[in-house]
Order: sequence, then C-alpha cells, then structure tokens
Amino acid sequence: MKPPKFSYLRPNNLLEALEMLAEYGDEAKIMSGGQSLIPLLNMRLSTPAYIIDIGRVEELKGIRDEEDTIVIGGMTRHADVEKSPLIREKCPLLSEGIRWVGHNQIRTRGTIGGSIAHADPSAELPCMLTALRGEIVIVSNEEEMIFSPQEFFLSYLLTSLEPNQLVKEIRFPKIKKGSGYAFEEVARRHGDFALVEVAAVIELNTDGTIADAKIALGGANSVPFIPEETEGFLIGKLPDDSILKEAAVLQLDELDPEGDIHGSKEYRRYLSGVLLERALYKAVERAREGVIA
Amino acid sequence: MSMNTVKIKVNGSLIVKEIESRWLLSDFLRDKLGLTGTHVGCEHGVCGACTVLIDGEPVRSCLMLAVQADGLEVETVESLAGDDGSLHPIQKAFADNHALQCGFCTPGFLMSVKNFMENHPDLPTDEEIREAISGNLCRCTGYSNIIKAVKEAYVL
Repeated sequence: MKPPKFSYLRPNNLLEALEMLAEYGDEAKIMSGGQSLIPLLNMRLSTPAYIIDIGRVEELKGIRDEEDTIVIGGMTRHADVEKSPLIREKCPLLSEGIRWVGHNQIRTRGTIGGSIAHADPSAELPCMLTALRGEIVIVSNEEEMIFSPQEFFLSYLLTSLEPNQLVKEIRFPKIKKGSGYAFEEVARRHGDFALVEVAAVIELNTDGTIADAKIALGGANSVPFIPEETEGFLIGKLPDDSILKEAAVLQLDELDPEGDIHGSKEYRRYLSGVLLERALYKAVERAREGVIA
Repeated sequence: MSMNTVKIKVNGSLIVKEIESRWLLSDFLRDKLGLTGTHVGCEHGVCGACTVLIDGEPVRSCLMLAVQADGLEVETVESLAGDDGSLHPIQKAFADNHALQCGFCTPGFLMSVKNFMENHPDLPTDEEIREAISGNLCRCTGYSNIIKAVKEAYVL
C-alpha cells in the first residue's frame, strides 16, 4: 500500500501553519503524528491534495500547569503525556487511560490533538476529556475558540472543526482532592480499538456521600456519551454495592453501539454496564483512600 | 509530483536524497537505501514488523513519511550487529532461544526490545515483557521463547 500523491507542506510555526490552512484548507489535511492519517492514505481512503505537517510547530507542543487545569498542546505526543509526573499527580485518569492507546510504537508518534480531531468514537482521549468536562481550544488565522466536548464531537469521525481551523490545545481539569477516578476498557487484544470504555470521576463528601459524579462512555455511541441521569442519581447517595449496581445499568437503553465481528451490539451494551459498575467501584474506592492529595 | 530533499541520519551515516513526499519511511529504507532488514508486513500499523528507532524511540516506519524523518536519526536492524558480523546480545539471545522461526517479524521485535531494555535497565517480569512486545505480532513462536530470549539478553 502506498499513499496517493500530495504536496507536502511543513510550517515552522503556528502562524505559518494557519496561513497555509487558510490558503489550502479545503484541499488540505493536517498531519500531526500521522498514526490515523497515514493508514487512511495507505488505504487510499483519504486523498488530500496537500498535507500540512505540523510536526515542527513548537508552539503546539508541551504540557502546562494552569491553576486547576492541565493544558496540553495539540502536537504533544501520547508518550509525553504517559511519562508526565504532573499529569500522574494531578490528573492520573489520563495517565491510566493513555496506556490503552495503541501500542508504544503508536504512542511515540500519535498526538493528543490528533486523537481529538480524528474523533474516533472508541478512542480513549475523547472519552476521558468528556468525563473530565475538559475543553478544546481551536484556532484559525482569524480567531481562537473554545469548545466543550459535547459541542466539538458531532458524530463518527466528525467534529465542528472548519477547514481553516486546527486543534491548538486541550484543557484537562485536574482531579479535585477527595475524588477518585477510574478508566475501564475491554479490547480484543491489548492495543486494539476498544469494544467499549468508561471513564469516571467521583467526588465524595466528608460524610461519605457522593458530591459529584462525572462519567463518559466511549465506543457505545457515535460520540462519547455522558449518562446525565446516572450522574444525577448518584449525587447525594451513599455509594454502597446496591446503589452502584443500580446506577451502572440505569441508561443502558440509551447506548447504541455498532456491532461487528469483534462483538455484537447486545454484547457491547451489556459490557458497558459491567465496565461502568467496575469503574464506579474503583473510583469510589480511590476517593475513600484519598489518592488525590 | 511533489519532491523534497531530506537529510536523514541512518545507522550513523548522513543520507541526503531527493524523494517524493508520499514515500513511506519503510519503503525509503528498503528501496532507496537497500536496507531490506526492515520488513513490511501489514503496511497499516498493525503488525509491527517495520519497527525502527527514530531518535531512539520505537516507531512504525510504515506509518511515517520519509519526509517526516528529515533531520532525525533512524536506527534499523542493520545497526545491531558489529562490523565484524558479531551478533548484538539481543540477536544472540533470540538465536540461542529459538525466539524466531520464519524470522519475518524478528527485525521489529529486536528494535522494540532494544528500546525497552534501554528504558528498563533492571530485569523485567514476564508481564512487562509481554506488554513491551504487544505492538509486534509473531505467528510462529507463540511468544514464549521471545520472552525467554529477552530475559537472557539482560544477562548477556
């Protein structure tokens, strides 16, 4: 398999990248790590006239500590997030979930912005960002805008990105003291696409009742799904076994996973309930242990 | 046709070539430089046979354009053995432990393991080795002998 012909553009800074996008946007594709785009090129599923390689745009790389948020540049690679002590301490959900992204050889190249912009419904980063209620900062040569995950992810591989825009950075809220977190996934083999996955953050009051619950399911719908009713059900309750069990299956009817050779629709829906229950248990347990200092 | 001049350090030698932008790094290594040790299996990032090291990090060379490697350093399986043909400890351990049969996947394994050993200087557990090689498929060995070989490479 060989990619089709294209013209290769490699901007040296963000301004250059945005000018190229403004000029060629309709016929161009941004390449960051290339771990999703190059297979699409190899299989000729995508045939852009121009490829704008943002691999050398330093302004888009790096991890920043901003009060209650960790800001990750779009061109930051998965491996850098995996290794970050700041993220392990302040947003360990990310450190846990990112290990499920492909294999080491993928994570050394693949980027956070790329995963968000590609918007694969079973990808780990969109799911974690949605659970954390993070934000996506997009930029064009005219303006900069901030989107919530619900505004940004529209459907399978479809986002609200316009042809002249790119993902500048992603804002991940830190996990609050007194909270627990969990990421649960089932894939056919380690590194494969998730059948379904769950990210959860649970905050406890000092009396042991649930102060806040933030949950997202990935791979179950065309975009990461927030089970709002389940979250509302949990708040104020003492999380014992029966409550968590009941919460885990409350909204399974609203999941609409695609069935394929790796797992039927029914199986994935059932699995979502199993994983959600596990995630809730683990998040509550961690909150009780006080894992976030 | 979009042509680009690239300067890439491959196994210690600086290569300067003009290439078409759509060339994959794997094809560039094999067809332009004759380094056919890097094997091409699935060509879409699943099998890991084409794994090389870019600035020391393992990367699938079929998921990278040669133009993206401009200015970077590439190590392929050809860099492992000594000039006199003596095997690298990882290669010797693979040979001694029957960690390969047909050998198609082996170059990818060797490069993944080289990076893993550099980042994990202490003898790893079987589980850690399994995770480290999870991005490489082997259809002959069943992996057990590969794990044995990796452990032996630590003491060679």
